[in-house]
Amino acid sequence: MSQRMRINGGIVDRSKPLSFEFDGKQLQGFAGDTLASALLANDIRFVGRSFKYHRPRGIFTAGPEEPNALVQLRRGPYQEPNTRATVAELYDGLHAASQNYRGSLNFDLMAVNDLFAPFLSAGFYYKTFMWPQAFWEKVYEPAIRASAGLGRLSGKDDPDIYDKGFLHCDILVIGAGPAGLMAALTAGRSGARVILADEDFAPGGRLNAETHEINGGDAQGWTASVLSELKSLPNVRLMKRTTVYGAYDHGVYGALEKSTDHLPMSGGKPRQILWRIYSKRAVLCAGATERSIAFGNNDRPGVMLAGAVRAYANRWGVAPGRNVAIFTNNDDGWRTATDLAAKGVSIAAVIDTRSGAAPADVAGATIAMGASIVDTKGRKGISAVTLSNGTTVPVDCLAVSGGWSPNVHLTCHQRGRPDWADEIAAFVPGKDLPVGMSVAGAAKGALTLAACLQEGAKAGAQAAQDLGLTASMAEIPEASDEASAITPFWHVTESKGRAWIDLQNDVTAKDVQLAKREGYRSVELLKRYTTLGMATDQGKTANVLGLAVLAEASGKSIPETGTTIFRPPYTPVPIAAFAGRSRGKDFRPTRLTPGHEWAAEQGAVFVEAGMWLRGQWFPKPGETHWRESVDREVLATRKSVGICDVTTLGKIDVQGRDAAEFLNKVYANGFAKLPVGKVRYGLMLREDGMVMDDGTTARLSENHFVMTTTTANAVGVFRHMEFCRQCLWPDLDVHLISATEQFAQYAVAGPNARKLLQKIVDPEFDISNDAFPFMGCGEITVCGGTPARLFRISFSGELAYEIAVPSRYGDGLIRALMAAGEEFDAVPYGTEALSVMRIEKGHPAGNELNGQTTARDMGMGRMVSKKKDSIGSILSERPELNREDGLALVGFRPVDRARQLKSGAHFIPKGKTPSLENDEGWMTSVAYSPTLGHSIGLGFIKRGSDRLGETIVAADPIRGESIEVEIVSPHFFDPEGERVRA
Amino acid sequence: MRYSGLRVLWEGLTGNKGWQPAWREPEPKKSYDVIVIGGGGHGLATAYYLSNKFGITNVAVLEKGWLGSGNIGRNTTIIRSNYLLPGNEPFYELSMKLWEGLEQDFNYNAMVSQRGVLNLCHTDAQRDAFARRGNSMRLSGADSELLDQDGVRALYPFLDFDNARFPIKGGLLQKRGGSARHDGVAWGYARGADLRGVDIIQNCEVTGFHIENGVCKGVETTKGAISAKKIAVCVAGSSGRVMAQAGMRLPIESHVLQAFVSEGLKPIIPGVITFGAGHFYISQSDKGGLVFGGDIDGYNSYAQRGNLPVVEDVCESGMALMPMIGRARLLRMWGGVMDMSMDGSPFIDKTHIDGLYFNGGWCYGGFKATPASGYCYAHLLAKDEPHPVATEMRLDRFKRGHMIDEKGAGAQPNLH
Amino acid sequence: MIINHPLLGPRDAAEFYYLGDASLLDRPDWQAPDAADKFYEYQYLRDNAAGEHRELWYHEQGDRSWLIVTRDTLTHDITKVELAHDVALAKQADPANTGREG
Repeated sequence: MSQRMRINGGIVDRSKPLSFEFDGKQLQGFAGDTLASALLANDIRFVGRSFKYHRPRGIFTAGPEEPNALVQLRRGPYQEPNTRATVAELYDGLHAASQNYRGSLNFDLMAVNDLFAPFLSAGFYYKTFMWPQAFWEKVYEPAIRASAGLGRLSGKDDPDIYDKGFLHCDILVIGAGPAGLMAALTAGRSGARVILADEDFAPGGRLNAETHEINGGDAQGWTASVLSELKSLPNVRLMKRTTVYGAYDHGVYGALEKSTDHLPMSGGKPRQILWRIYSKRAVLCAGATERSIAFGNNDRPGVMLAGAVRAYANRWGVAPGRNVAIFTNNDDGWRTATDLAAKGVSIAAVIDTRSGAAPADVAGATIAMGASIVDTKGRKGISAVTLSNGTTVPVDCLAVSGGWSPNVHLTCHQRGRPDWADEIAAFVPGKDLPVGMSVAGAAKGALTLAACLQEGAKAGAQAAQDLGLTASMAEIPEASDEASAITPFWHVTESKGRAWIDLQNDVTAKDVQLAKREGYRSVELLKRYTTLGMATDQGKTANVLGLAVLAEASGKSIPETGTTIFRPPYTPVPIAAFAGRSRGKDFRPTRLTPGHEWAAEQGAVFVEAGMWLRGQWFPKPGETHWRESVDREVLATRKSVGICDVTTLGKIDVQGRDAAEFLNKVYANGFAKLPVGKVRYGLMLREDGMVMDDGTTARLSENHFVMTTTTANAVGVFRHMEFCRQCLWPDLDVHLISATEQFAQYAVAGPNARKLLQKIVDPEFDISNDAFPFMGCGEITVCGGTPARLFRISFSGELAYEIAVPSRYGDGLIRALMAAGEEFDAVPYGTEALSVMRIEKGHPAGNELNGQTTARDMGMGRMVSKKKDSIGSILSERPELNREDGLALVGFRPVDRARQLKSGAHFIPKGKTPSLENDEGWMTSVAYSPTLGHSIGLGFIKRGSDRLGETIVAADPIRGESIEVEIVSPHFFDPEGERVRA
Repeated sequence: MRYSGLRVLWEGLTGNKGWQPAWREPEPKKSYDVIVIGGGGHGLATAYYLSNKFGITNVAVLEKGWLGSGNIGRNTTIIRSNYLLPGNEPFYELSMKLWEGLEQDFNYNAMVSQRGVLNLCHTDAQRDAFARRGNSMRLSGADSELLDQDGVRALYPFLDFDNARFPIKGGLLQKRGGSARHDGVAWGYARGADLRGVDIIQNCEVTGFHIENGVCKGVETTKGAISAKKIAVCVAGSSGRVMAQAGMRLPIESHVLQAFVSEGLKPIIPGVITFGAGHFYISQSDKGGLVFGGDIDGYNSYAQRGNLPVVEDVCESGMALMPMIGRARLLRMWGGVMDMSMDGSPFIDKTHIDGLYFNGGWCYGGFKATPASGYCYAHLLAKDEPHPVATEMRLDRFKRGHMIDEKGAGAQPNLH
Repeated sequence: MIINHPLLGPRDAAEFYYLGDASLLDRPDWQAPDAADKFYEYQYLRDNAAGEHRELWYHEQGDRSWLIVTRDTLTHDITKVELAHDVALAKQADPANTGREG
């Protein structure tokens, strides 16, 4: 099909025709087109349906403010709902479909809503759908939901990749229209590092859409020369297709660069890049947005903003109609008439709400001053307008101008409020701008070209001077101050038909009046009740009009009526862009221990432990269930020897003359008198008296300690200790180093642990029971001189050691240990077996140390020394934490030994109903003990230590189980601790 | 005026000319039995229950901005009663029961929708904790179900089950949980209170308290002095500022929480889903927007706006959980100020000043609590004793050592 | 936000961990007769200022300094950044020195 509405001129590249498809029709456009301009070139004006009434809608604007022309772009998993056709750059093979209809765009079954419009007034749904109660979720809401939304997600994972980056500059210039170009040029010439970002693919802003002259030549030529100078400056970065969407604290701006959206496929490149721009100064040159006027049936396809109509003609060489009328309250609207007439488009009428002489002469047009449009005709496109004087004029396009509103959005992102300027009947930036921001050009309310150029240069120079640079005002190019006078006019009150304000959400003037009448009078209430300005365009063309109609209804001025808050983003940003590459396996970093590769070779099953991956168990060929592997690992360890990678435990090196005193303060139990060469279990409280963490600390020399923490709390404990050191006891001579990643550490446990170690520990180190008893430690060498630290500590309850070597030897050590262990049938064991053995020994771990429990609950109350100052000691004495009937950690076993215990079951006295009143505690950890041959558990229960031997019920209603359990000592295995000392 | 389908029909046929204001706009009287400070959700609910259930109608609600401009105007609209601790769960379950009959009760469609709330777990320890919590819920009469991975997959096949950094192992489902239309809740309570004669006074900021000999007798406002027998502060987000006027320091910090909404989309996410390996929750509104949020920004703030790191963190979690939302566009982000308390749980209590009552500390879970908060506060104001489900929500609990710390995070508000 | 670290210059706030009010430096005397009350107030009660706020930030992704940042909670403007260690030492030398100016 030919592009029958294409006319001469514009900056599209007619040598590069592009094919595209819309609603199944194959069409052609040119490079430089947007989807909207290409559709208009092909005489397609009806492109979508409105949200509530499913009214036919056309292209309304030529920019990011578009409320109507939203399409589904691309196909399959690349499908992109609600894409504004007005900013979608045309590419060869583009596929787009209209949205929000049932049936077809032309015959939309949901259009029946329009007939029921009297019953669907603002907020109608708050007043009905309440009876019968059960019908809301079953009948009403499903129907409402089904008709909600506009576009559709594919439901498939987004296949594109997205990047993020940081940029730093002295001066960020937002918008590359006349003001932005001058600001960037002036700042750039001063030597400042400048970023000039523009959302369009063709910098120039309105210069591309107008027929202005600069320095006596056409404006596009001037734009090209400025761009070429900017490109030549090494300190200036020009970013096209980059929308600065938000202003954040301290000069940080968020920006989205569309890298490949203008290409058929991203081709392995990031589709979009999310930039965080750190600026010292920012100059906002974001231009202005035109707004409409409310009159009867002002929503039909073919009704467009006047500036957009002339943008299509001037920039894209497209006539949006054959027979165009203009409805305006200002001089700018007349430019549309004269520009189109100059291009040979027939102008049927110019209707100006102002009385007086016509500002221009338009050949062949009916001129109606002091008149307005009261209604329009046409079903799927406008066919005529009816004037207030009763005449009807046939048209196929109506260009409306209600004046221009400066794009103040970013000035308000930090909750600044705009001021009202009567001269232009619009909000302009207020006084509370984000720190470092200035505004120039149309965004500041300077709506003429000469003023934009002047202001831009001034703002650029000022920003550079603020930073101590010498900036001379560039010569201000010559341009004229075109006519822009406006007499505010908002609403044709004599219109009988519905007068739309928010096109996308179908909010009409009557809705605004109704909301006001019903008491929703604050702007915020109005917005929420009517949904004005809440659509994908965030009311860019609608909000001021809505305010004006509210003001009119309340008999107040617009500034008295107020304005809602502008919030980021300026235009919508894909969720995937904010996520960048942090998705899938790369959602968060993965930490691997030095022994990981070895474990993987053994076929280990890994489990996430925070950021770490740890071996959970090591299945042998033939083992079909994890329990088989875990039981075997436990039994083999208890019988001979097992080895477990415990590298992930936090390791903190504590050194200094006051190291012992410091530890004495951060641990609840005493550390001052720990001898050199010894390890002690340490219990660490938070200041509120709850258990923070536990671990062991070894004294390697007088002033040198090594602490271990749990894996989960490694970071938090270190941070806390730095707080104690720097903020609480700054005079202590103590220094901390996190050494978690510097050492690989393995537990070697089991009756043959010593024998195994003796094979690799260098012979000059005596690790016999006498020389190296339980809780001993020392610095040794292994395998012929490799430095190592050896701790005789046990989590498993066996004769056990933990051996640490610098990380680079971690892989070598595990291989050496396993080789040495071969004669003892040594097994590697994972976190599951570790957990089974600690439950058998009654050691608390994460499920018990959950931040809600005290030392007393854990049965370790007496460890909290009262002879010294330590973190948490005072607040642990609060009465409710020391109740007679407080919780205590005890062991549990099923009365019927064949039953399995379940973590999370609650304890209910026998014969009582399971209810909150009868709830006495809960099961924290359970395991099948292969050693004992039945299920065992740990848990907290009221007065637990006094109740050993009692039988109670472990109620697990969520899994539909309830079993009798016996309260026992938590030390299931080797309660006297003989094995660890062997 | 009673709202109904018939009324909508009649008004539609007669040009929608008969609709009356949903509430009056009265000037304040000189004195009241009860002044509720704060016309947000909890304040309006308090006034509603005082006037409708406890027979106290000589009540004023003083709101410094517009009605419903508290955090009820800015939240992710989730309702649920899936709490762990005995100090919380019965309270939230009462709230859930009130939600279930709310619309018929106050004759306003707040679109309470029990679409189900699913919390995902990614580790065995999380599953254990969910079992404990789910059982706590059952013991308090709430519903809960523990799902395994297949159960989650059957509900939400679009979650990332195959390539996740933190695999989904299961979830805790509360089918009665869901969402409600937040503004509708505020308006429904306001209208219901107004019908009983409660004066809702907008644009009326409290600037001071009249306290004599340890008794609070009234307030100073931008519309003049107003006296009352009981003054009920209900200004979560501004609690610190308001109570400082009464000379009180609180176990509360003010923090900013951001929330997000996408462009409108055809229905794709039926219920509420929360991620367990990052801070992220999401649902889809009846209008089609994906409504989601995550962690607080983490620093004290009254600025009602946030910064980018949290925005990115939230979207990263969203994409990690359901990579099919990538091409949906984030339309709007906003920040509200939260009363972050020292244990993550709220307060409904008398203060040490006679006649002065305090309701606050809702952290970022206040929306779901709105009905019970209003009901229990009204109970306390009417009877001078706490409602049985709110007996632990006391200001002195830290002094006694009776924290209600669901997360076990301790006395650091930004961790809750 | 950007925090101007006294040693490292301007750093993104995302590199830091936030703890809270700088009054956490004023840990009470454990042997005072009213230690229980004092610790309760220290641990749980906050001025929660709307305006200038002295607060603790920890440079976790950096040099692990604890900083005291003076920041306005209404505007987020930062007017002063100190090393907490220096402030704590000064406090020890002169317990009356609260670190607040004026």
